[in-house]
Amino acid sequence: MSELTVGDVIAERTFAITRDSLVRYAGASGDFNNIHYRDDIAHSVGLPGVLAHGMLTMGLAVQPVVDWLGERGVVLDYHVRFTRPVLVDAIEGAHITVVAKIGLADEDSTRIDLVVTAADQTVLGKSQVRVSFT
Amino acid sequence: MPVNPDIQGRVFAPTAPYLVGREKVREFARAVFASSPLNFDVAAAAAAGYSDLVAPPTFPVVVQEATLAQLLAEPDAGIDFSRVVHGEQRFSYTRPIIAGDELTATLAVTSVKSLGGNSMVTAESTIVDARGSHVVTAISTLVVRGDA
Repeated sequence: MSELTVGDVIAERTFAITRDSLVRYAGASGDFNNIHYRDDIAHSVGLPGVLAHGMLTMGLAVQPVVDWLGERGVVLDYHVRFTRPVLVDAIEGAHITVVAKIGLADEDSTRIDLVVTAADQTVLGKSQVRVSFT
Repeated sequence: MPVNPDIQGRVFAPTAPYLVGREKVREFARAVFASSPLNFDVAAAAAAGYSDLVAPPTFPVVVQEATLAQLLAEPDAGIDFSRVVHGEQRFSYTRPIIAGDELTATLAVTSVKSLGGNSMVTAESTIVDARGSHVVTAISTLVVRGDA
């Protein structure tokens, strides 16, 4: 994929998530920590309200890259730092926006850097996906 | 109680084998807003050369969950679940997880550090298939908040 240029935006997507999404993710992943579905518990540990699972944010943030890659290759490595929680309002939910850019392109692999934001703030730091084309 | 620094280097017993079900892959894929046909359509996965549905990249978390439960249950670890915040996560893959895989995870605590009253615990789960071949390593950094 020599035509890839560092800085190119390869995918961009906004995910609208709701409390329902959190319940669905809890069941699918087995992470039933109740700060992800009970405001009273979230408040009792000093949080402003129910938060999205960090792993849900990580899981959906890579999807634009997965779709871009399709059958052309595989993910070799995926890393994120959870820098800020995503608050999910009971009525409004939350929007998570992912912008995926080429961070590094060499012969063996391509690094894609993700900028992941919610409410105009970055929620994942140093979020990088390394892929190889088969 | 602070995190016990002596758990650094500790390796736990392998988890019971986890059989990756086709419907579990679909359920997880829906939960992470996946849209790739490789996650949902067996014929599409077969056409791409896979024996069954391909799991999304973060699916190993389902298997890793059992290892983190081992860590939290370790009597001398001193890790209070209510004070744990997920700091970082990494997955390093040899190959994607495919429905039908029977996976076993082995947890090692690779690092315990103190930082400003908090502890940072790095837990590495090495996930292998039924033949013992490496599939993916899941690395979690947990921040355990100290007494406020």
